[in-house]
Parts: sequence; structure tokens; C-alpha cells
Amino acid sequence: MIIIGGSAGSLQVVFYLLGNCPPDFDIPILIVLHRDPQGISRLAELLATKTTLTVKEIEDKEPIEKGCVYVCPPDYHTLFEDESSFSLDYSEKINFSRPSIDVTFRSGADVFGNRLVCILLSGANADGADGLNYVRSHSGISVVHSPEEAEVRYMPEQALLQGKADHVLRKDEIMQFILRLA
Amino acid sequence: MDKPSDIQITEEDLTLLINDIHLTHGYDFSDYSRASFRRRIERLITIDQLSSFAELRYRVRTDPAYFAHVVEEISVTVTEMLRDPAFYKIVRNNIIPVLATYPFIKVWHAGCATGEEVYSMAILLKEAGLLHKSLLYATDMNPAALAKARKGIFPLSQMQQYSRNYMLAGGTQDFSSYYTANYHFASFDSRLSEKIIFAQHNLVTDFSFNSFQLIFCRNVLIYFNKDLQNRVLKLFDDSLEFNGFLALGTKENIRFSSIAPNYKQIIGREKIWRKIK
Repeated sequence: MIIIGGSAGSLQVVFYLLGNCPPDFDIPILIVLHRDPQGISRLAELLATKTTLTVKEIEDKEPIEKGCVYVCPPDYHTLFEDESSFSLDYSEKINFSRPSIDVTFRSGADVFGNRLVCILLSGANADGADGLNYVRSHSGISVVHSPEEAEVRYMPEQALLQGKADHVLRKDEIMQFILRLA
Repeated sequence: MDKPSDIQITEEDLTLLINDIHLTHGYDFSDYSRASFRRRIERLITIDQLSSFAELRYRVRTDPAYFAHVVEEISVTVTEMLRDPAFYKIVRNNIIPVLATYPFIKVWHAGCATGEEVYSMAILLKEAGLLHKSLLYATDMNPAALAKARKGIFPLSQMQQYSRNYMLAGGTQDFSSYYTANYHFASFDSRLSEKIIFAQHNLVTDFSFNSFQLIFCRNVLIYFNKDLQNRVLKLFDDSLEFNGFLALGTKENIRFSSIAPNYKQIIGREKIWRKIK
């Protein structure tokens, strides 16, 4: 399982990463982006125009299938019920965010342990930093977008201040890293 | 309370706690979504600054007052008035005109938490001139949340948002005419709550208690696993009249349940189904 989290300034990088995944890339990818809860959820439709992979916005208990890209719905936290399905949650915001990247990273670590890769991109708040540490403590792999390259460096920088990452990479290196996982 | 506690909780821990609660207090959380249940327990340990999981288990088993607090914290009561205005617009424009044809209207808000949604519905029925012949049952398993719901007093700070929701949902009156502002609180007109019956009901263990033309259960099923979702949807099916409506949360769906063949989604992407068989 690959989870990509980001906030302000991360969308173009998500487009780039998904756009360069080959059609037969079969590891499921989950995208957690901070979004305006009042906005109509068009993110999945937008992403679908950038990739040959199937893109779905998650509904509660959505099954996890190979070769699919999943998008967290706005105004819910996305959790993993088990290795084969998601679960949604409408509890308190975490880091002023719902979806919160921390919440999803932590839940992913509980369920997938060392079969999880979490990638944290650009953003203007510290969401994701705690979750990345939790992922590492559960033997998962953490990747942080290089603050030098990230459009808004605060989020990756906070992650590196609050803990270590297994890899700090530029976006083309993140792409190579993802392709090697398959 | 953003920083989660460092106490590691295993699956076995959760199972033990769930068994303790069931044996000691009769609440059955075994078919709750494990992922959400774990988050609630982690949150509890953080806000109560518990030193270990064993301490939580001990207090749950031995201290009824503490357990009441645990129930309050496990059940997620995050809600708002007229949440998802597009949804309420459809209720106003497409469902209420159908309800109007009945001599007596019965609505069930299952898992009503602190009551914001049932007051929202009372407002819509009142504006349609139907509240006098309606009865709204608002139930929850959480007694503390019900007590708040009964009072009909909500934070004044929320009213701007609710007023915006109200207008987006097609409201044309002055939303502030429905409450009296008192310090930091908005106290809702008792003429709205006159037609609401608040009662404790646990969707996991309790049965159908009446029949309805409309059942709301929004963002409650997400906290259950698929088996329990299916059982609760059966309970709703047993409680819904033919041609009645079932309204779920925006990201909830009946498509994987056994009742699905008897229902038809009424409009586009809103999660409202009509019982057609």
C-alpha cells in the first residue's frame, strides 16, 4: 500500500506522480489531500484525467483493489478497516484537518506494518509528521519530499524536525522510488 | 489533544476491552469498525491521561461513572444543523411534498447524537406547515448526548454556519427567528421540540419500535463493520413503511447489503433511497 499525503502546493506533484505510473502499476495508492469541505468533490475526476489508472473517491467500507488510486473524500477521516477495505470516520478534526494525514498514516501502519510506504509532500501545516514517525515505528517506509523543492516547505520540514525519514527525495526521485516498488 | 499517546494497543487488547464492556455493562461494541473504535480508545487514553491500557480496563470494569464517560467518548457526536445543504434541499423539495400527503407523519432520527439534525428537520416541517401533524423520534445510545439534544441549546458560535447552511438548503426565513441568543448559547424555540420524542435506543441490541415514512441515519453506519451495517439496515427495513425513505450520510451506501434490491436511490448522488418492494 502506498499513501501520499499533502496540502498546499502538493497537487501538481500528485499529478506528476500519478501521470507517470504505468497502466499495469498494481500497488493500490491512496491520496490524502487537505481540501475545502464546502467545495464540490471533483478531485477524483480531475486526477482521472492525469492517469491511466482507475481513480475512485472512497465510500465507507470501499474494497481495496489492485491497480486503483483512491482519493479521500472531503470532511471525513479515512481509515483502514483491514487489508481489504477502507472505513470512514467523522470524528474531531486533527491538526485542524479532516481528512488528517496523521490519522490515515497511523491507521495504515496499524493494518499494513512493513508493507506500507507513506510519502509526505508540500504543505503549510504540520499534519503528517507524527503519522510518519508512527509508520516508521511499525516498520513502514517513510518518504519526505525535499523541502528545497517543495512548493510550501513547512510540512516536509516539520516532518524532518519531528523525526527522521527513510528517504528525503526530489519529485523525480520519488517517481523512481515508486516505480521500483512494483 | 492532537498529540496521540505513546501507549501501543494491540488487537487483543481491544478484544479484551470489548468483552469486559459487554459482560459488565451490556454494551456490545464487537461489531463496531475496529479502525474507528481504536481511534476512540486512543483518544480516551490521551484526554484522560491514562498511564496504561490496563488502567483503562480496570476503571471500565469497576467504575460505573467512568464507564458513562467512556460511552460518551466512544460515540462520535460531531454533527451540525443542516449539514450538507444540498441534501436538505432535496428533503425540502422532493421528500416533504410526499410526506405532506400522509394524515400523520412519522420520522425517525436514528443515532441523533446532540440533536442538531432533528431540529433541522423540525424547522423544514414547520415551514411546510406540517409540523403539527408530525412526530419525530430522535434516538441515541448515548444518554449524555440525548440530554443535550433535549435541551435544544447549541453554541451561539455555530449559528453563522448554520444560518448559511439554512440558506443554501433553500431557507427563506430569518434563521435567527428560531432561537433566542443567551450569552454564548442559542436556545431553540420549544415549539420545534414539542413534536420531538427523545429516547435511548441502541441500534446494536434494540429492536424496531414503530413504523415510519422517513428514517435518517447519517454518519452512524460508518462506525460499524459490514455485518452490523447489514443488521441495522434490516432493522430500518423492518421499521420503514412501503414507499418510505431512508436517508444515509454522503459517503454511506446500501449497495452491499441484503436490503438493496428493495430500494431505489431517488436522485443523483444524494444518499436517499425509497422502499419500492
